[in-house]
Amino acid sequence: MTDTELRVSKIRNGTVIDHVNAGEALHVLALLDIDGASGETVSLGMNVPSQTMGKKDVVKVEGRELSQNELDVLSLIAPDATINIIREYEVAEKKHVEPPETVSGVLACPNPDCITNAGEPVQPRFDVLSEGVRCAYCETIVRDDLTDHLLA
Amino acid sequence: MRHDHLLTAKQLTRADIEAVLDRAREFADDPSAFRERHPELLLALCFFEPSTRTKMSFETAAKRLGGDVVDMGSVESSSVKKGESLADTVRVIEGYADAIVLRHPKQGAAQLASEYVDVPVVNAGDGAGHHPSQTLLDLYTIRENAGLDDLSIGILGDLKYGRTVHSLAHALTKFDARQHFISPESLKLPRGVRYDLHEAGANVREHESLDDVLPNLDVLYVTRIQRERFPDEEEYRKVAGKYSIDTETLEHARDDLSIMHPLPRVDEIAPELDDTGHATYFSQAHNGVPVRMALLDSLL
Repeated sequence: MTDTELRVSKIRNGTVIDHVNAGEALHVLALLDIDGASGETVSLGMNVPSQTMGKKDVVKVEGRELSQNELDVLSLIAPDATINIIREYEVAEKKHVEPPETVSGVLACPNPDCITNAGEPVQPRFDVLSEGVRCAYCETIVRDDLTDHLLA
Repeated sequence: MRHDHLLTAKQLTRADIEAVLDRAREFADDPSAFRERHPELLLALCFFEPSTRTKMSFETAAKRLGGDVVDMGSVESSSVKKGESLADTVRVIEGYADAIVLRHPKQGAAQLASEYVDVPVVNAGDGAGHHPSQTLLDLYTIRENAGLDDLSIGILGDLKYGRTVHSLAHALTKFDARQHFISPESLKLPRGVRYDLHEAGANVREHESLDDVLPNLDVLYVTRIQRERFPDEEEYRKVAGKYSIDTETLEHARDDLSIMHPLPRVDEIAPELDDTGHATYFSQAHNGVPVRMALLDSLL
């Protein structure tokens, strides 16, 4: 256990998301729709020192193992994240995020003239490009500030 | 061509396009010969935005094939006015008709509609998005006048909001075409279209002045700067009237330059050009009928 990992509380069972870009931890929680309302314990380390990244964020979610799909969505804002699944205080699995082909119901289209912003019964869907995402309906490409478009 | 829907020109292969254009040639040569071709056809016209040419040419095409149409009518007189969603509207109309021709002010509307119905949906314009059936008649007209290979085409005007431009640009990537896009800086092609053209390896140049390229063009495709698409009136005023084509403008054009326009025009092309050999826009509009006959024939 490194000094950095000790800065946020050790968890017994759950998921540790490491190597998140500094300042993005709250966006990670938003992206994963984790707000603590369902009772899970969440620990955040923000701007902690990192040998490889200079500074990084770390997110620990107690009592919940994130699915691969959830983790893949993370790749949109945390492409370098590493995932540790913790069981009985030990790392049981290590995972990496992989960009999915599409993401649904995660981002809102920034184009006000997109049909997904017209009150239709449809979830916004985006195709994932090598850089950014593209609305599957109006084809607007979003490359920067993806977290500004996270669905509430 | 065998597709469930026609949503964008991107989905069409060169073979698809050529098959429709060849079939359209047959329909144009002898329209009366096909009056019994689709007597069972009932086509739904769902136009949430005003239209003259597209709507009437689809209606004419259906009737010339022996079929008929049902028309949703104006938005003001439909259930849309009561707040009905597009998804519900098309699901209801699916039960009435064999295919749906949809025009809608929102981008992606045709894509959404296609996800809710099993009958073919034809995108007849979705906001500033796509207008693929217009592109088929544009290509038909270009092929008749200049051929589709080794083509040098200038596309001028509102490239940002111009859905006919977006669809035409996508389709031309299937052919050996040099595409010259001429517009004010603020009306350049949107990022999504540029991305697709780049991915397709299209031969593309961008200009602000028509003079830079005019002498080399086989075709000049002029579009209206669409006041109704601008979110800001001031932005519109900055570019309104920026390009206006008259005999003086064409001083250095080739004699066989073909000038096209999806119409309606406002002040982009002077009426003095109407009786010159350059004017192709009215025959272009007429071509909408045989091309849409061929399109319906291929979808049904």
